[in-house]
Amino acid sequence: MPVAGAQPAAKTAVPGKVQDAARRTAPHVTIRGLSKRFSDATIYDNFDFDIPRGKLISVFGPNGCGKSTLINMIAGLVAADSGEILFDGRPLNHIKFGYVFQNYREAMFPWLRAFENIAYPLKAMGVPKAERIVRVERIVANLNVKIDLRLYPYQMSGGQQQLISIMRALVVDPEILFLDEPFSALDYEMTLFMREQLQRVFVETGTTTVLVSHDLEEAVYLSDRILLLSRHPARAVEFVHYDAARPRTDRTLSEAEFISTKAHCLEVFQREVRKA
Amino acid sequence: MRRFEVLLPFVGVAVLLAVWSLTVWARVVDPVLLPSPLATFRAMWIGMTSGKLGVDFLKTVERTIYSTAIAAVIAIPLGILLGSSEKLYRSVEFLIDFFRSTPASAMFPLFLVLFGVGDRTKISVAAFGAALVILFNVAYGVINARKTRILAARVMGASRIRVLWDVMLLESLPQTFVGLRNGVSLALVIVVVAEMFIGSTDGLGQRVFEAQQLFDMPDMYAAIFAAGALGYGLNLFFLTIERRFVHWSGK
Repeated sequence: MPVAGAQPAAKTAVPGKVQDAARRTAPHVTIRGLSKRFSDATIYDNFDFDIPRGKLISVFGPNGCGKSTLINMIAGLVAADSGEILFDGRPLNHIKFGYVFQNYREAMFPWLRAFENIAYPLKAMGVPKAERIVRVERIVANLNVKIDLRLYPYQMSGGQQQLISIMRALVVDPEILFLDEPFSALDYEMTLFMREQLQRVFVETGTTTVLVSHDLEEAVYLSDRILLLSRHPARAVEFVHYDAARPRTDRTLSEAEFISTKAHCLEVFQREVRKA
Repeated sequence: MRRFEVLLPFVGVAVLLAVWSLTVWARVVDPVLLPSPLATFRAMWIGMTSGKLGVDFLKTVERTIYSTAIAAVIAIPLGILLGSSEKLYRSVEFLIDFFRSTPASAMFPLFLVLFGVGDRTKISVAAFGAALVILFNVAYGVINARKTRILAARVMGASRIRVLWDVMLLESLPQTFVGLRNGVSLALVIVVVAEMFIGSTDGLGQRVFEAQQLFDMPDMYAAIFAAGALGYGLNLFFLTIERRFVHWSGK
């Protein structure tokens, strides 16, 4: 089975190179007129945005501007007050997606072994057991993961647990992957390791990935695009492109393009923060 | 030093036995009221192996297990049902809290009228008390299931029934075991009290009461210790099951 996102055109019913090209360049997710109010604040007011296909995009902005709320609304965890979010023109319940929570401790099922945790979304979808095993084993092999999957989550380190969550999100061959501050509960050493893991997953699968981050260096380092949000009600202040080649390494961090992109994002961010 | 630490749990027991022996030896208390540890344990041994104490012990075990089992069969499904809808739980919360706070012993006369003098009354009062404790804990376990875990299951496409079955039920298991342990302790208390006062001919409560009436102190202490051992054993039994089946509890 092809890995999701690697050959997006293969799934379309319409043949022909023109449509393929159009489809490749068309936005993956279209957000139109999105509004969300919490009791004390309007977080989104008629928000429009397009998420490009096959890119890793980071959402970055001031505290409480609604970074997580945005991906939670896109992934259906939080209901929007109004507006429309479509994936290639289809609603959420027609697509397969993966979601990685910040709090892996509470998102894993401690009564299941790591292997069964990864297989759970397939079980929820009604995939027969034999196929579940095959698909989990395939993703383990693809990502070259060397963890004893017979362990229970509480027997693993935080990084290993989060890696299991990422595999659990990927096992369904998602069209899009959401990560909500996935590394912020990990120590620095583990965070660095997990960034590399995520980058590898992205390079290997090419899945459209939306990452919420509170670490600007991480956001720029990992992303093709950085969505900079204003204070609420959130606007897309800028959609910064960063097209450095992958795999990016420690050396990337000292390259001029990286430094200038990061500096630019920081400048925009601070301007937005001061507006309050 | 390490080898010494293994012995720590026995220190308290040794001190108690020493103080007890000393009290008897020094005749601080009337020997009729306080027999020596040796006399007590001899009475316990004889009673358990060839006397009536063993029969009474088993009778109390039987009643406690019956009442806890009945309580669990009723309270666990009901607790899951109530816990799965917070509105439903809030609407009956007062009733549960009220009857949970009502001393079950105050219900004896009512149950006597309903079930007559016999095992059914003892078992049903104990089951009533235990059921409310279990119900309350199960419902809270389900209500307090981690929201993230439920969201995670939903995001992975699990249906409502599947979320209830795969997540909420398992999430509530540690709390269910807390309920079962509290429930069985309460059931034992109620059964022993019922055996003392509701025209009983057997059971540990009746044994203690009868020994006291006959002023047979070694027998009375023996029956008290047997009841203590039973309570401790039941708690340990549930803890062992819990560790085995709810291995993730507290982790």
